[in-house]
Amino acid sequence: MPKSIQNLIWIAIGVFGAACLGGIAIHRGETINAFWFIAAAFGIYAVAYRLYAGWICTKVLITDPSRATPALRINDGRDYVPTHRWITFGHHFAAIAGAGPLVGPTLAAQFGYLPGTLWLLTGAVIGGCVQDMVVLWASTRRDGRTLGQMARDELGPVAGGAALVGTLMIMVLIVAVLGLVVVNAMKHSPWGTFTVAMTIPIAILVGIYMRNIRPGRVLEGSLIGLFLLLAATAGGGWVAHHPVLGPMFNYEGTTLALLVIGYGFFAAIMPVWLLLAPRDYISTFIKIGAILLLAFAVIILRPELHMPALTQFTDGTGPVVAGGLYPFLFITIACGAVSGFHALISAGTTPKLIMSERDLRLVGYGSMAMESFVGVMALIAACVLDPGVYFAINSSAGIVGSTLEQATATISSWGFPVEAQHMMDLAKEMGETTLLARTGGAPSLAVGMAQIFAGAFGQSLLALWYHFAIMFEALFILTAVDAGTRVGRFMLQDLLGNIWKPLGNTAARGPAIICSAVFVASWGYFLYIGVIDPYGGINILWPLFGISNQMLAAIALAIVTTILVKKGQARYAWVTGLPMVFLAITTSYAAWLKLFDPDPRVGFLAGANTLEAKLQAGTLTGKALESAPHLIFNQRLDAGLTVFFIVVLWVVIIEMARISIRHLQGKPVPALSEVPYVNEATLPHPTGVGGH
Amino acid sequence: MMAGPASFLKTAWTVLREVSGDAAYENYLTRHQERHPDQPALDREAFYLSELDRRWSGVNRCC
Repeated sequence: MPKSIQNLIWIAIGVFGAACLGGIAIHRGETINAFWFIAAAFGIYAVAYRLYAGWICTKVLITDPSRATPALRINDGRDYVPTHRWITFGHHFAAIAGAGPLVGPTLAAQFGYLPGTLWLLTGAVIGGCVQDMVVLWASTRRDGRTLGQMARDELGPVAGGAALVGTLMIMVLIVAVLGLVVVNAMKHSPWGTFTVAMTIPIAILVGIYMRNIRPGRVLEGSLIGLFLLLAATAGGGWVAHHPVLGPMFNYEGTTLALLVIGYGFFAAIMPVWLLLAPRDYISTFIKIGAILLLAFAVIILRPELHMPALTQFTDGTGPVVAGGLYPFLFITIACGAVSGFHALISAGTTPKLIMSERDLRLVGYGSMAMESFVGVMALIAACVLDPGVYFAINSSAGIVGSTLEQATATISSWGFPVEAQHMMDLAKEMGETTLLARTGGAPSLAVGMAQIFAGAFGQSLLALWYHFAIMFEALFILTAVDAGTRVGRFMLQDLLGNIWKPLGNTAARGPAIICSAVFVASWGYFLYIGVIDPYGGINILWPLFGISNQMLAAIALAIVTTILVKKGQARYAWVTGLPMVFLAITTSYAAWLKLFDPDPRVGFLAGANTLEAKLQAGTLTGKALESAPHLIFNQRLDAGLTVFFIVVLWVVIIEMARISIRHLQGKPVPALSEVPYVNEATLPHPTGVGGH
Repeated sequence: MMAGPASFLKTAWTVLREVSGDAAYENYLTRHQERHPDQPALDREAFYLSELDRRWSGVNRCC
């Protein structure tokens, strides 16, 4: 096809995508069809991938297919394996996609469908995808070095240390906040709790199968696990209604929190093959399956969205996440738009599989575009709900009142009419006793998905779909809890090994148990406090997680910006520099508000002071009185943590600026750690895997 | 590459086995015979355990 016609086609796709987005933005009807969102997303991703990512690869990164990648040069058959680009894409996508892109957009739906959609699309194509691809490129040129190592090599020990400690704290918050999401979904839900509990023996069974019965047959094992899990999900309905078994799985949030904490520790000290690895295999299959199912639901069924384009909560009074549209939309939706955590995957694991620099665009930019699309689908599923129902599920009792009548009256008074009877019927349809105040996003996404599916497959399966959705979210959240605790333990050992050498020995049993316990206690603390918080905990933990994740993104972008400057590409440094500046300003502003905003729901210090005043005035009773001292201490601790994140961020940014300026002035800087060019043709014939 | 549903299914199956790690041991054996024909290869179980150990020693899952 002639070049001009090709270009015309791309321009047409771009215009179509932009037109759909424009249509979404100016549309002011009762409802809007999901089709416009899908079309806008595809159009924008396609054009950005083809033109912007293509331009970055050619002009900024100057990717060179003749340059031998570490997988080709080292090719040890274990870590370094040249792999077909679609298989690497699969590995990479499975690694980066988790619960994050499902939860964030669901919470951000409180602002209406428009802000979330715009940020998911623009954030991804200009920020997140660029970050993932450029970090992947930088690490591929450095034999797959990790982000922390690259920070140390390129920016020096100060920035390297800051990046390392910052990453460890993020791990603590990620595990805590995801644990909270799963606790809120299981609270007083015997069906949900039973299904989630069953994942543990099922994983162990599969673990034994994959190790002892049919070693290494991971497809067979996963298939058996999948079947058992679906059976457990269906059987959960029977268990929940059983007079003896039902109450055995009916727990308070605090009990569940302690169980999750105990589980986290147990999973961390078990051998990997027994629990962690089999759970991860099953969860990866379910994750991909659920995403395909969700895609089928929104693309084929194209439901109508009932949420308005913008709600009054853009002013900062929102019941789901407190704080105004700027900066809090950009903190609430981290994964799906820009997620700093991806930089840890893009540097380290994936680069060792890259067969040719030609594949960087598909693996780096492409998988993030796909994750962003998962975020768009989650947003659609949340906005399909009646807004009144959405707010009833996602608002905590501390805001709307704890009884059904109070809650529905409060939400109706906001202009989102919802009846108590309707909420009761809906809960019954979903096989639950109540859906009120199930904060954290997972339950409302599950209701949204259940409603979309019921539209296609009949109303009778509503409860099953709901619990299937809860089960898959819980499954990969618990995988993240396991994997996060393990990685956190390694990082902690790495760090403490500098102080006292024996603690750094990752193979020894003692230090592993001690460091696992310390790490579990750290996230367990935040999880427990989140559960006893009458405002739902998510309101505090999710923004803190968002700030830390976006801070890590800014750090990753700062590292690659320095690399670009040192490579003599300063005139293109804006490609990573611009998103870095935006994220640095946004997270710093959000941190400022979280510290000093006078609204006790937004500012940590104001929150602590208000509660302290209430405590001293003696207006608190019962549970609120009991938890108040903990909550006061916790809000001050959160404030300290926020300061810590901001200090880490600016240390790295100042180092980046200092090194870049020194380089431009011709002064000595740490040398570029890129490995020298080797022509791919000079290597012995590679034995790659996968069809090529 | 051949067209048609049969070859499509075959490709899909290969990709699934590669992505999931189901084919890892066969790949290892092929490679091992090519590079170190004189040394004994790991058996299935030992290989599986060493693979897990390698894979779970760093960040490989995101939020």
